[in-house]
Amino acid sequence: MRVNFTVNGRPQEADDVWEGESLLYVLRERLGLPGSKNACEQGECGSCTVRLDGVPVCSCLVAAGQVEGRDVVTVEGLAEFARQRAERDRCETASRGDRTAAPGTSLDEARAWQARGSDSQAGEGGELAPIQQAFIDAGAVQCGFCTPGLLVAADEMLEHHPNPTDADIREALSGNLCRCTGYEKIMDAVRLAAARQGEAV
Amino acid sequence: MDFLRPASWEEALAAKAEHPTAVPIAGGTDVMVEINFDHRRPEYLLDLNRVGDLYEWEVGQDSVRLGASVPYSRIMESLRAELPGLALASHTVASPQIRNRGGVGGNLGTASPAGDAHPALLAAGAEVEAESVRGSRRIPIDAFYTGVKRNALAPDELIRAVHVKKADGPQQYSKVGTRNAMVIAVCAFGLALHPETRTVRTGIGSAAPTPVRARTAEEFLEAALEEDGFWDNGKIITPSVAKQFADLCAAACNPIDDVRGTARYRRHAVGVMARRTLTWTWESYRGARRASKGAA
Repeated sequence: MRVNFTVNGRPQEADDVWEGESLLYVLRERLGLPGSKNACEQGECGSCTVRLDGVPVCSCLVAAGQVEGRDVVTVEGLAEFARQRAERDRCETASRGDRTAAPGTSLDEARAWQARGSDSQAGEGGELAPIQQAFIDAGAVQCGFCTPGLLVAADEMLEHHPNPTDADIREALSGNLCRCTGYEKIMDAVRLAAARQGEAV
Repeated sequence: MDFLRPASWEEALAAKAEHPTAVPIAGGTDVMVEINFDHRRPEYLLDLNRVGDLYEWEVGQDSVRLGASVPYSRIMESLRAELPGLALASHTVASPQIRNRGGVGGNLGTASPAGDAHPALLAAGAEVEAESVRGSRRIPIDAFYTGVKRNALAPDELIRAVHVKKADGPQQYSKVGTRNAMVIAVCAFGLALHPETRTVRTGIGSAAPTPVRARTAEEFLEAALEEDGFWDNGKIITPSVAKQFADLCAAACNPIDDVRGTARYRRHAVGVMARRTLTWTWESYRGARRASKGAA
């Protein structure tokens, strides 16, 4: 079957989709967006977390056919998503509604996205969401497999809780497993992103 | 496999009548796991995501009509006052991602003895609104669970909503697991005090082939509360009453040994949860009584 939906702000079409296929499979194997990670395939680990109509979900548990006509944001589109949100907030603060930027991230741009460099300079030159920058600065990435899911979940939490308590952070990230870090650096990263978000206002 | 995408409840009922083997999928948090692991290859998947009615709820005089697909996260946010037991149970479901997708309709459809909502529904008192092209009926929650992962639905029926009695007193929910998030219950316990009718109701999860009530324990506690005038005098529950209630709740279990725990552990844990939830709810009842007296 064919599935039409919006990914990172742009309309996309996936063809030859098997009826029992997950959204995760469509993103990774049909649209070439491997940022959302395939790990447990049973909703335990959160590595495949994406926003579905704004709501964080495990993309491995969403049937492809269920996303017809709906809106998905993946980690590849997170930087642009966060940029537009910040712009929107600024517009609202200034009570002006003019939005000029072309919306979304194209598939080619999304596929080409990378946090440039493989050393401590990682992220320089690539556009990053504040939460992504905070993960790099706090050293919250070890093997990196859980990172995309954590970024999407943490970004969503900061959208609703500008000043999260540690309990808020733990609760929001309780569906994302990390087997390397022990979570302390991840907590640091989210606190850092929250603090920077507070300074920016 | 065929993917059926009804745009309305009427279309969904027609599709289920035409294809009774169709597997309904809403949040997908159970069904997709089975498909991903190749445990199940249904001939038809019946997607209910486009049926908007299923995501709505209405608060009535005596009960809440909760749409089958209302996600657990909405129950936690919006129905804490009306359905405190179910709201607490919802908060123990898996993770935020799962709570954003899963709802009570799926829990009922799957009818796993470990479903988190069941003890809360049993304790509060509820009816399942099932519908087919033949018509609609209300199945009392006590008659809904018929076996391990079996329920009272006919092959052509779908769950439209569940009607849960609004709380008229304190309710509690307790669940035993190895950690706070992402855990299937080793066992779970729900307790609701119903001061208006001077009754109590219980619900036990993961400790019998189906979710069950501890009826003997309920009858014992009702008699004990009545006999000594507890509802009126608001005294502290005597430890011997709490212990007897806990023992009777443990005796209502019919658990098995499995990877999550032994039968003996489950029986013990249900007794502990029964005693604790009784203390919590009763303290809260006494507090509310004192507050209303103080106001008067």
